[in-house]
Amino acid sequence: MKKKQSPIRRYALFLILFVVNLALLVAEPELGQNSFRLTAANLKEMLFILPPIFILLGLIDVWIPRETMMKYMGEGSGFRGALLAFAMGSAAAGPLYAAFPVAGMLLKKGARLSNVFVFIGAWSTTKIPMLLFEGSSLGWKFTGIRLLCSIVGVAVIAWLLEKTTTEEEQKRLYERARNL
Amino acid sequence: MYNYALYFIALAFLTISYFKDPKKTRQALAKTWKSIENILPQLLSVLLIIGLLLSVLNRDVISQLIGKDSGLSGMAVAAIVGSITLIPGFVAFPLAASLLAAGAGYGQIAMFVTTLMMVGVVTLPVETQFFGRKLAVKRNLMAFAFCLIAAWIMGGLMG
Repeated sequence: MKKKQSPIRRYALFLILFVVNLALLVAEPELGQNSFRLTAANLKEMLFILPPIFILLGLIDVWIPRETMMKYMGEGSGFRGALLAFAMGSAAAGPLYAAFPVAGMLLKKGARLSNVFVFIGAWSTTKIPMLLFEGSSLGWKFTGIRLLCSIVGVAVIAWLLEKTTTEEEQKRLYERARNL
Repeated sequence: MYNYALYFIALAFLTISYFKDPKKTRQALAKTWKSIENILPQLLSVLLIIGLLLSVLNRDVISQLIGKDSGLSGMAVAAIVGSITLIPGFVAFPLAASLLAAGAGYGQIAMFVTTLMMVGVVTLPVETQFFGRKLAVKRNLMAFAFCLIAAWIMGGLMG
């Protein structure tokens, strides 16, 4: 297992960026203020969305046995596994960065790699609340064609990603997920 | 609204879990905290980068770059801006709609919207933590290639 880094090392990038932003505040007050305001707004969104997602992840971790997840989304789950991954991603809420920890949990529990990427793809492109919003701002024809393209794209990308990842790499990936 | 539903679901399951097995539930919550703490440094950095980027690339700048008759260069800018940044849907879609109204082409808008959704350069540190660098980069490159195709198709179909 990877050794835990000291807090200062782990937060180094954050601290550097924070100082950069402070410097911007001095040099270009308007830009700096704007930047902090945007960060604060995004932070608020993040702090709001993360707790329920991570609580659910924690519960899945202790309650759902690996065998169950493997049965529904693992190697032998076939089309139904992909469909389930797609439905999970589409029902999600929150920005894409919140999808990665969930994907990590799917890997940890032994979901098939292509299904994990179908999940990520669905989360990024076919989330239902987002579609409704897209349709009302950009029109339903645009949204419909975009959605069709995305569904095909997500499937192809997931398939390609699995195909081009060697068994050795997959083994390491699942190993990494187990230590998260 | 939707997000509140998520809280409701999480709390409902948490309650059920607690009644079934308090010890396991405490374990789950400990894991919850551990995983949040694990990605917090990357997430905080990502948020600051987004703040810095969007303060420079604000609405007016983006409108200028992918506006009317921006053609191929507009396409390129849409791809770059969309790939790097992460703008929440409730900001991105109205922005895209106003760009359309101001005369931007559907191809550019499709490029902007699809790369925003699928390609995330600033979120790579978070993605890397779960997929490793190679796979994370590969996913983003493939998604980018897809966006080029999708923008081309949509530009053609929407005219």
